[in-house]
Amino acid sequence: MDMSFSPEELAFRDEVRTFIAENYPAELRGIKTRAEMTKEQILLWHRVLYRKGWIVPHWPVEYGGTGWSITQRYIWNEECARAETTALLPFGLSMVGPVIYTFGNEEQKKRFLPGILSADDWWCQGYSEPGSGSDLASLRTRAVREGDHYVVNGSKTWTTLAQHADWIFCLVRTDPNAKQQEGISFLLIDMKTPGITVRPIITIEGGHEVNEVFLEDVRVPAENLIGEENKGWTYAKFLLGNERSGIAGVARSKKAIERLRAIAGAELVDGRPLITDGEFQRKISEVEIELTALEVTELRTLAAESKGRGPGPEASILKIRGTEIQQRITELVLEAVGNYGHVNTPLGEAANSNEFVPGPEYSNMAAQNFFNMRKASIYGGSNEIQHNIIAKMVLGL
Amino acid sequence: MDFSFSEEQTLLRNMVQSFLSDKYDFETRRKIVKSADGWNPANWSQFAELGLLAAPFPEALGGLGGGAIETMLIMEQFGRHLVVEPFVETVVLAGGLLREAGSPAQQEAHIPGIIAGETVWAFAYAEPQGRYNLADLVTTAKKDGEGYVLNGYKAVVLGAPWAGKLIVSARTSGGQRDKDGVSLFIVDKSAAGVSTRDYPTTDGRRASEVTFENVKVGADALLGEEGKALPVIEKITDEAIAALAAEATGCMDELNKATVEYCKTRKQFGQPIGKFQVLQHRMVDMFMAYEQSVSMSYMVSLKLGESDSERVKAAAGTKVQIGKAGRFVGQQAVQLHGGMGMTDELNVGHYFKRLTMIDTQFGNVDHQLKRYSEAA
Repeated sequence: MDMSFSPEELAFRDEVRTFIAENYPAELRGIKTRAEMTKEQILLWHRVLYRKGWIVPHWPVEYGGTGWSITQRYIWNEECARAETTALLPFGLSMVGPVIYTFGNEEQKKRFLPGILSADDWWCQGYSEPGSGSDLASLRTRAVREGDHYVVNGSKTWTTLAQHADWIFCLVRTDPNAKQQEGISFLLIDMKTPGITVRPIITIEGGHEVNEVFLEDVRVPAENLIGEENKGWTYAKFLLGNERSGIAGVARSKKAIERLRAIAGAELVDGRPLITDGEFQRKISEVEIELTALEVTELRTLAAESKGRGPGPEASILKIRGTEIQQRITELVLEAVGNYGHVNTPLGEAANSNEFVPGPEYSNMAAQNFFNMRKASIYGGSNEIQHNIIAKMVLGL
Repeated sequence: MDFSFSEEQTLLRNMVQSFLSDKYDFETRRKIVKSADGWNPANWSQFAELGLLAAPFPEALGGLGGGAIETMLIMEQFGRHLVVEPFVETVVLAGGLLREAGSPAQQEAHIPGIIAGETVWAFAYAEPQGRYNLADLVTTAKKDGEGYVLNGYKAVVLGAPWAGKLIVSARTSGGQRDKDGVSLFIVDKSAAGVSTRDYPTTDGRRASEVTFENVKVGADALLGEEGKALPVIEKITDEAIAALAAEATGCMDELNKATVEYCKTRKQFGQPIGKFQVLQHRMVDMFMAYEQSVSMSYMVSLKLGESDSERVKAAAGTKVQIGKAGRFVGQQAVQLHGGMGMTDELNVGHYFKRLTMIDTQFGNVDHQLKRYSEAA
């Protein structure tokens, strides 16, 4: 048992800290959410890391990984969060990439992995459907084999940033007669294929991140099938396991608490900083303690993973607690800013206008971040579903 | 002990209900919110015609002789339809301040215009440094001959973009947070030296930041006794808290009904998700939170006329209850609707946003818990 860093690890920390300080794009500094960024800006930091060879520390070295230890990866994430770098898009790097190098054939690895690493290909996730949310395996998008193509019909929803995507990885039903989980396949579809329509969904804070994707007689070459036909559920679950563990966001939450403290230091109650208010101080402490526990839980999970055990059902703990903490922090920020919580910052097209946004800069998105973060307990398998997973898979109930 | 409404009160509620069902469905409201002005003056005239703007005023002031219960009934229906027009700002706050502190001449000059729907008012009380402390004022009013000169800055003045008149709290004497030395002034928004910057709020309303730069007002602009306005402000903001509580119960009831309905029809794993016990219990908790809020809403509306300490306990306690219940019901309604609850398209998120903002108005749960504890 040892939780401290070795001298080598400390040297590594200094190295990555320096790298970030010297290479993080200047035009991204101060930007905290994707809603404020252009498509090109979203990819800027990705490209810097790609050139450095640090874009996929979690991948095997043969496919582009860095060969870092679990501790080094932890340090890397910490340093990125500390510097408030923009989050990398997970769809290629953490979702479909690992599926392709684990279950794809050589041809597919050669064809798709380079575009994921370089960000020349923007991926999105075709999992949820209007009728299939928590019960993902009930999905109905149909793919029928015709010669050397699949013809796909159906619709996907909550597809994050599909408006920019070049490719979508889709779960499709290839055998409607088999048991639900046994008739699903994993297809890679070029978004430029005729028959695909993307419709924006505006969320309650006013942003446009998610979309509906309609597929009508979309012809997909059979060579874009990952693994075996009707075995897609296995790959889908593998991907979901990775998604869950990435969702904890511990390092980012630490930074968010730091920011919360700064806000509470600037806001006044009867002339004294809010941070000196015992009640509010206690609320911050409570969420910080919960986060400390989660951090060690995550490290234990990572350590187990490094010994060859994949992310098991325990990853659901990370998802549940991680998202609860993220939501709690946005709630406390909203409380902290007081009356300026009413402010609505224009997003999307309206964002470029010079509309007046009152109050201190840190209050501008307080309510909207709080509203937006409600999605966290819904996506990636709702927190209710995560409880079911732990009940069934861990407790054996 | 009787919690039933009089015949007139029932008629009032039914009238508001049927008017809003006809004229204020969710899509109509969306258009109003997105319009350039952000409200519909035609609705305001209709409210006047229906007598809603007169309902809570005493007959002696030209009103219909109602009070807090009438306001409660109106606001509950307004909550169900997420009405954005400034009833609280104009009738409850400005009307209440004029009723409570106005001279007969001021009442005669201003209340008929409110009742007729001719003048919209806003209450400029909050300041950036003051948070929820109504006495924490940097804005000053200095004696100038017969009248006063105002200087200062007011934050998040809800409804101000639509208002012609403002009631402004300012310090006429004492230190920044002294209870004594707070005064109220009636100021034309068009007066020289008043400048406003307008913006939308997250719950679909409009607000202004208002700057006062050497704004000269006459002696007749002083509302109530110089330096003695704080108790009046506290009393009338408590009346506004009661109004918001009723609005919140309307929001919560609509959310609960929508959620139960959704869970009965949304199928996952081969059955309606409402069959899952974990969701059933959640909805039961939402229902209880709502019922407890209705009780507090009744209670505070019945106690607004009691002694200061009784009234403060009632209002602060109610604000704590609706703050907590509103957040729980709002968050869980979104959660149980899944992704749909996150969309701008569905009304669920809009109720959630309004309930969240209601907690922020006139002091959130923490602030009101302290206020309750100090009064108890």
